[in-house]
Amino acid sequence: MTFIDKLKNDIVILDGAMGTQLQAKGLKAGELPEEWNLTRPDDVQSVHEAYLDAGSDVIYTNTFGANSLKFGDMTEEVVRAAVKLADRARSRYSGRYVALDIGPTGKLLKPLGDLDFERAAEIFARTVRAGASAGADLIAIETMNDCYELKAAVLAAKENCSLPVIATFVFGADEKTMTGTSPEAAVALAEGLGVSAVGINCSLAPAQMNGVVRRMLAVASVPVVVKPNAGLPSDVDGRTVYSLSAADFARDMKELVAMGARVAGGCCGTTPQYISLLRRELEGLSPVPLTDKGLTAISSYTHAVYFGDAPVMIGERINPTGKKRLKQALREGDFAYILGEAVNQQDRGAQVLDVNVGLPEIDEPTVLEKCVSEIQAVTNLPLQIDTSDPVAMQRALRIYNGCPLINSVNGKKESMDAVFPLAAKYGGAIICLTLDEDGIPDSAEGRVRVAEKIIAEAAKYSIGRNRLIFDTLATAVSADANAANVTLGALRRIRTELGCNTSLGISNVSFGLPQRDFITSACFTLALANGLSAAIYNPYSEEMRKAYTAYMALSGRDRGCADYIEYASSVTSSITSSKPQAAVNDAQGGLKYYVVKGLKKEAAEAAAALLETLRPLEVVDGYIIPALDEVGKGFEEKTIFLPQLLMSAEAAGAAFEQVRSRLSPSDNAKRVKVVIATVKGDIHDIGKNIVATLLRNYGFTVYDLGRDVPPERVLEEARRTGAEIVGLSALMTTTVPAMKETVELIKRELPSVKTAVGGAVLNEEYAAMIGADKYCRDAMETVRYAEELEAAADK
Amino acid sequence: MIKLLTGRLDSIDRRETLHYLGLSAVDIPAEETTALLDSCEKEVLAVQDLRCVYDIFDFSAQGDDLDLGFVRVRSHSLALNLAGCSNIVLFACTAGVGVDRLAAAYSRLSPARAAAVQALGGALAEGWCEEIQRHLIAQYGANRTRFSCGYGDLPLTLQRDIFAALSVTKYIGVTLSDNCFMTPTKSVTAIAGIKGGRA
Repeated sequence: MTFIDKLKNDIVILDGAMGTQLQAKGLKAGELPEEWNLTRPDDVQSVHEAYLDAGSDVIYTNTFGANSLKFGDMTEEVVRAAVKLADRARSRYSGRYVALDIGPTGKLLKPLGDLDFERAAEIFARTVRAGASAGADLIAIETMNDCYELKAAVLAAKENCSLPVIATFVFGADEKTMTGTSPEAAVALAEGLGVSAVGINCSLAPAQMNGVVRRMLAVASVPVVVKPNAGLPSDVDGRTVYSLSAADFARDMKELVAMGARVAGGCCGTTPQYISLLRRELEGLSPVPLTDKGLTAISSYTHAVYFGDAPVMIGERINPTGKKRLKQALREGDFAYILGEAVNQQDRGAQVLDVNVGLPEIDEPTVLEKCVSEIQAVTNLPLQIDTSDPVAMQRALRIYNGCPLINSVNGKKESMDAVFPLAAKYGGAIICLTLDEDGIPDSAEGRVRVAEKIIAEAAKYSIGRNRLIFDTLATAVSADANAANVTLGALRRIRTELGCNTSLGISNVSFGLPQRDFITSACFTLALANGLSAAIYNPYSEEMRKAYTAYMALSGRDRGCADYIEYASSVTSSITSSKPQAAVNDAQGGLKYYVVKGLKKEAAEAAAALLETLRPLEVVDGYIIPALDEVGKGFEEKTIFLPQLLMSAEAAGAAFEQVRSRLSPSDNAKRVKVVIATVKGDIHDIGKNIVATLLRNYGFTVYDLGRDVPPERVLEEARRTGAEIVGLSALMTTTVPAMKETVELIKRELPSVKTAVGGAVLNEEYAAMIGADKYCRDAMETVRYAEELEAAADK
Repeated sequence: MIKLLTGRLDSIDRRETLHYLGLSAVDIPAEETTALLDSCEKEVLAVQDLRCVYDIFDFSAQGDDLDLGFVRVRSHSLALNLAGCSNIVLFACTAGVGVDRLAAAYSRLSPARAAAVQALGGALAEGWCEEIQRHLIAQYGANRTRFSCGYGDLPLTLQRDIFAALSVTKYIGVTLSDNCFMTPTKSVTAIAGIKGGRA
């Protein structure tokens, strides 16, 4: 019987702790347990044998930390030896399986930590290849605190062998992982990546796992794994003793198995005795049958979103079609604007964000990948990856932290050939457009036929219809009076006859008409009544919010109409509303005051008012710069402090945002350009970010390379941009050598470029010692230095 | 034996926060700054996830050659700090990954809020250390000023031994980079001496 058959038919019993067993045999604190695979093989094998005797169906190899970060070139040898030992141990028994155990790398992945996602995948891949070729029957990825690291590990397993994978996370008593992932999000991610079982291990005792296990069982279609600790450790006469006896452990475990968990074992503190009693306790218990939950799930790194009940609202603002300001931001690499759109949409109630960066003149794969990763740094909403470029889609799906919503596939063979393999590998739900080689069918019947074709093709990739969300294509009712009828007719039939979820990019219906929102929101309400599961919409549209809130109340999803009442009391009724008051008109002199005080909204309004009468540069030179100078001077004189300096910078930024749309290219800012970075090996970027903010405020062009930047990258960017200044930041003594190396490289290759350095460990003397042209004590000093060079350049 | 501690603070020391933002004890923050810090403090407190792992070790010294019970190290500054002690408590603690995430988000959205969250996070970690020390004093009498890697001549690379001795990553999720930086960044490791041996 293969492991997969065993998993389908039976309750599977795993082994217990390895580390504590080896400690009992003399493993010292600080010694790596995996070394014993080479130095004390018999002891390792005897632990396996003890668990096999106790009744474990599956034994985990002694490879929890056997990765190349810890073992370097010895990795393969250590892993192969471990698998051989387990294999030798089980050879005396029948129907037992060897799991290649893979634990976390011990590093936190970027962007929070310093380990690159692809590097993590490579590290896991080495262990997987060695273990699979040595004869493991399955891969067991365990003790994962971070779902992003788990994704790297599962991808490595899937890409480097064909063995089944079981994956377990660590949850706290708060029913979240340490990085904030819910049980539902963990299941969505792991199932999407194609694991054979998913679950929880370590950290808690069996009874404490009850809540997480229940939540996982409710959404998982694959078996759920439980591998708890033997309670809490305590110190008895200098020995570590766990609070739960083997008998209590077995009793509590039985409850979890009766609830539906199908794979059971022990983690820290458990011994062969625990497994033996567990085996006895579960004797005769038949497994709770597995059910395909048929859910349509996507997730972020914190939570899952399901389609099928209340409509899921997908914000459409990060899509350049028809959006001049976003196009400009994408061309200029202005991520601040894009991220602002992400946060604003979340604030206005969007539950998922569409991300589309398709512009002919940009490198879409690179920009989409960066956008997805940046947006995930500011919001925890799941993302809809929206592109027609398969390369861009592949790269974005790969680095996305969660289970994605893919937008989109259609009935064309070319489209399905490109998208379904990606969806099969990375998981998630897929928006399916009901069009094909013959275009958009003009009848509901025609669109349903296309949907059926897509369902049949998806099945070839083992993608169930539950993962398909059909968009029956809203088209302009101004061009075809029957357009909405066809769209809604197809929608209703797909929902009721095919049992699939549906979505619409509704705003197309009102194309070519005045006051488009009226038509769009009415169509939205009609679509909801016809079974719409999701809408791609503009969260800034008040009409859409009204329609959504009213629908939730009317469909019985808003108990006591509480949300509706809250919303209604926050808006003025359209029946009595008059035109809004024009923006504050006391802006003469007001702008400067608002910038100094750091009042963002007021500064933007005042700038807009001034721009009615003044030229853009008059507003900048007459108001914004004097205000910044006043604050900057105060900062230098220590009458104003960092927070206020930054608040002023933000208010000035908001005012600039008004100015920039009216600037012509000839109004160009200053000539001096600055490349700025935190040096290689250093992940502190707060100081560097402050410098970049202030330089931009003063009109300098800044190319910010981020943190942990290698010298060669700084050189490349300085060369590409023709920058006059390279600014480098380092916080710790350990990274000053990297700063020195960067300064030397710039001096050697680009002798005319000035190097300015700063950071907590530096001073004037140190800066001179590493060959930098300028030491900047703080951000204002960097601005002054750039101004000096600007003045020199003007001469 | 390794022990774990979790906690939750209701407020963050404002003086300490202002200190991180460059204000001295006599400087008075502007009204807008106070409003900014009040609002950010709420957000930081909401995402705090205070964890600590600690253990007690035997300590002995021959001049500046120190046996910390989990590693030997040479350090004059630590020798002075631990003079007269025969045990030490080693601890590692963190304010949690949520503070880093909040700071990372604001570093892309609002420099002022990013700076405020960084400072508040630092002060939160500091406040958590104080609470841990109160706990350690009650438990062991570990009343010496806590001492961390990078203070005086105590090398930063000792972090690697501390991480191994306490299984820091496993127990509280803090990771160590090749350059000995901790992530989440609002994390502290420290040694606290117990004068005259364990209480």
